[in-house]
Amino acid sequence: MSELNMEQLTQQYFDVLKELGNIGAGNATTALAELINCKVDMMVPQVRLLEFNELGDMLGGEEQILVGIYLAVEGDVDGSMMFTLPQESGLHLVNKLMAGMMGIPEKNIEEMEFGEMEISAMKEVGNIITGAYLNALSSLTNLKIYPSPPQLAIDYAGALLSVPAAEFGIIGDKILLIQTKFSDDVELDGYFILIPDMASYERILSSLGLM
Amino acid sequence: MSEVIKVGMADWKICTGDDALTTLGLGSCVGVAIRDPQSGVGGLAHVMLPDSRETESNSNRPKFADTGITDMVAEMVKKGASMSKMVAKIAGGAQMFAFSSAKSDMVRVGERNVEACKKKLKELKIPLLASDTGENFGRTVVFYPATGNYTIKAVGKPEKTI
Repeated sequence: MSELNMEQLTQQYFDVLKELGNIGAGNATTALAELINCKVDMMVPQVRLLEFNELGDMLGGEEQILVGIYLAVEGDVDGSMMFTLPQESGLHLVNKLMAGMMGIPEKNIEEMEFGEMEISAMKEVGNIITGAYLNALSSLTNLKIYPSPPQLAIDYAGALLSVPAAEFGIIGDKILLIQTKFSDDVELDGYFILIPDMASYERILSSLGLM
Repeated sequence: MSEVIKVGMADWKICTGDDALTTLGLGSCVGVAIRDPQSGVGGLAHVMLPDSRETESNSNRPKFADTGITDMVAEMVKKGASMSKMVAKIAGGAQMFAFSSAKSDMVRVGERNVEACKKKLKELKIPLLASDTGENFGRTVVFYPATGNYTIKAVGKPEKTI
């Protein structure tokens, strides 16, 4: 059993995650820009430690409908990762992707919905974004990170977040979240939530010379 | 004026009279609604994890099925409810993401939450009248202790009352 606990490590955790978030999200943004063939800007990531109660409000209310992409991570870093964005942002991305890669004319977002095709395209977006993020993390720390294929759900923010919350809930009463805002011609609000278990966290810290 | 009281993640609240209790976007968590029809005291617990004995960081009692339900029932008794008259309904415990390989128990946390809530209710001899659990979608619930109605809303599905 690990001797670490989240409360003690807050400051270190913040600094490390901010740095990892910066590099990971930077990579993910580049991948996204190439994918949809347009300029994508990224804001400096925010790292926050939140009470469970604050989670929903943070993402625009528990009942806001979000696209959530979730994957398990194995290897030297064990845990999971989640990427969420509002439904409209997701449709916007899918629209750009289908127009760019398949020559399907861009549609009016208001007329779009998540059918089989859109979900499949969205999963691919998730795959590329989270893959780029984890690759950056892996090269930075020299740790092996193997992501599972992403799973996608479109549901209430609260329901999606209950999944990482329950994982964090085992080790503490708060959840750590890296918020990264992307924007192109339309604003995309994306959130990365990385959830290593405590032993992996120790490995991340020591790989960076912090322990 | 009756009001609707919001119950946050890993918390529980109780109320009386015509007031209602709600919790928004239940995923793998379970909303445990208990009332004593005679005294009109009702409670809603938003349970996040099945068992407080499985982890060392268990000081937040409302988070777990075992400690959360026990505490809420005790508080309801303090407010005038009688344990022998209590009845329960539960909703939630979905598996939001489908993983082919059952990597860990975490994947099944919704299912395990439901089992743990049922077990605790049985232990406390509180009959479970109805439930809407499992599957793969989130639920927003409202509990009306005065009538015992428990309404459940999900994305893209008609509202239902159990």
